[in-house]
Amino acid sequence: MQTKKIINDGNRSVDEMLEGILAAHPHHLRSAEGSPRSIIARDGPRPGKVGLVIGGGSGHEPTFLGFVGKGLADAAAIGNVFASPPPDPILECAKAASGGAGVLFMYGNYAGDVMNFDMAAEMAAMDDIEVRTVLTTDDVASAPRDQRQKRRGVAGNFFIFKAAGAACDRMLSFDECERIARKANDHTFTMGVALSPCSLPQTRRPNFEIGPDEMEIGMGIHGEPGIARGKLKTADEITDEMLEKILDEMAPARGDKVAVLVNSLGSTPLMELYIMNRRIKQRLDDIGVSVHATWVGNYCTSLEMAGASVTLMHLDGELQEMLDHPCDCAMFRAG
Amino acid sequence: MTSTDTAKLKRMFDAIAAAIDADKDRLCRLDGVIGDADHGIAMALGFGAVRDALDQIDASTEPTALLNTAAKSFLNAVGASSGPLYATAFMRGAAAVKGKAILEDADVIAMFRAMAQGIQDRGKAELGEKTMVDAWLPAAQAAGVAQQAGKSLSESLDAALAAAESGAEATKDMIATKGRSSRLGERSIGHLDPGAASAVTIIRAMRNSLA
Repeated sequence: MQTKKIINDGNRSVDEMLEGILAAHPHHLRSAEGSPRSIIARDGPRPGKVGLVIGGGSGHEPTFLGFVGKGLADAAAIGNVFASPPPDPILECAKAASGGAGVLFMYGNYAGDVMNFDMAAEMAAMDDIEVRTVLTTDDVASAPRDQRQKRRGVAGNFFIFKAAGAACDRMLSFDECERIARKANDHTFTMGVALSPCSLPQTRRPNFEIGPDEMEIGMGIHGEPGIARGKLKTADEITDEMLEKILDEMAPARGDKVAVLVNSLGSTPLMELYIMNRRIKQRLDDIGVSVHATWVGNYCTSLEMAGASVTLMHLDGELQEMLDHPCDCAMFRAG
Repeated sequence: MTSTDTAKLKRMFDAIAAAIDADKDRLCRLDGVIGDADHGIAMALGFGAVRDALDQIDASTEPTALLNTAAKSFLNAVGASSGPLYATAFMRGAAAVKGKAILEDADVIAMFRAMAQGIQDRGKAELGEKTMVDAWLPAAQAAGVAQQAGKSLSESLDAALAAAESGAEATKDMIATKGRSSRLGERSIGHLDPGAASAVTIIRAMRNSLA
């Protein structure tokens, strides 16, 4: 049986979504001339500023294009659902974002994205645009601790892009922007839990199977299997399990500060996210870690998947400043 | 001895597009088990775009230009990981037959081997990592050996297909260490790799249309 979706043609869903987004946010976003899958900030790219290009597959909205705007990313390259964009739209983003001071490519660590963005970086070099790449690897469930470079990038993208975008907006040097982007990634940890699958517009079939009373801890944002499947537990038990792994790696000292993101994978409602956040606050209070800022909602989704992720960013003065730096994007504003 | 010209290469891509389209649902199901269930969609989209692009080129186009057109149209339709992998395959195939209007049997095998090498170079996968390389590399080796032994194009491509099939089958016993399914570790054992499965479908369509 096919899943229910409000679509016209599964093969046209990404382009029709983009038309709708440009219609809704004409003051924030435009597409590059002749490259409809390259979404550019109206206000942002400027001479002397390091450009920030993000991107990846569709189906994670508001990631990636919702974070394009002044103070955050200059451009996003848009792929098919759950598939990396090809090099051409990435290259057009790089050209639009380039202010002559270098361009940072930032995206989640997935094999397809790496190949396409690397090809685009080689093409940009031929146009005399220097590109450096910072991969996001915040999903602690996706590989062991000693293999951080193998981990995938998930909802923590939001914090990492935000910090890097602030560094770029402050007109810091290419070296500094890259350093802050890497540091933001190193300080960001995410764990997810999935309750039910999503389905692609083209197939309208659940992309994995899970029992009606089961959950899967550590599942990826494309339905990649996680680390453990078991009976559905209570919100407090699930949150504790996720926090245990995050805090074990982050190892915060009493008095340290964090930023918190409780993210829906698509269909899990705010009510449940806030129940999780209640527990997060209790646990952080218990260990004397203070919460500088909290975001709760849909930040990095997986179509209509049910489930959530918890991200903590371990803050120091510099990262805190970057998070507090104002930004004005189509789907997110701060400061 | 057979000879392969632009018209025949076009027919080869038509045959691949038809075979992948017919296999789309199986590939998506295989990918649903250990990946994100979109492999069949991506491959069908890519080869559909190739077929449309090649419809526009005329018969005087040289094989190299045809293969480069295939590469570009596949890449821009797909992205993902199969986009760069197959685009690189076709570009390397194009380079291997550069300057030739008509391909002799040895040229076709050289093109085939260059395609496999391109996939390996772009994806940096080794044998045994549960990827399409586990079908493409044995197929290229078998084709080369058969060609060296003086076999016909048809026999060489038969050997390639047999090697691809057993290579793909062997991915069931492998632990994925490259690509998206590598995050599964031992849970990937027992499942056929979708990239290796689609490689077999492509190689079979090449054998059927070229031999």
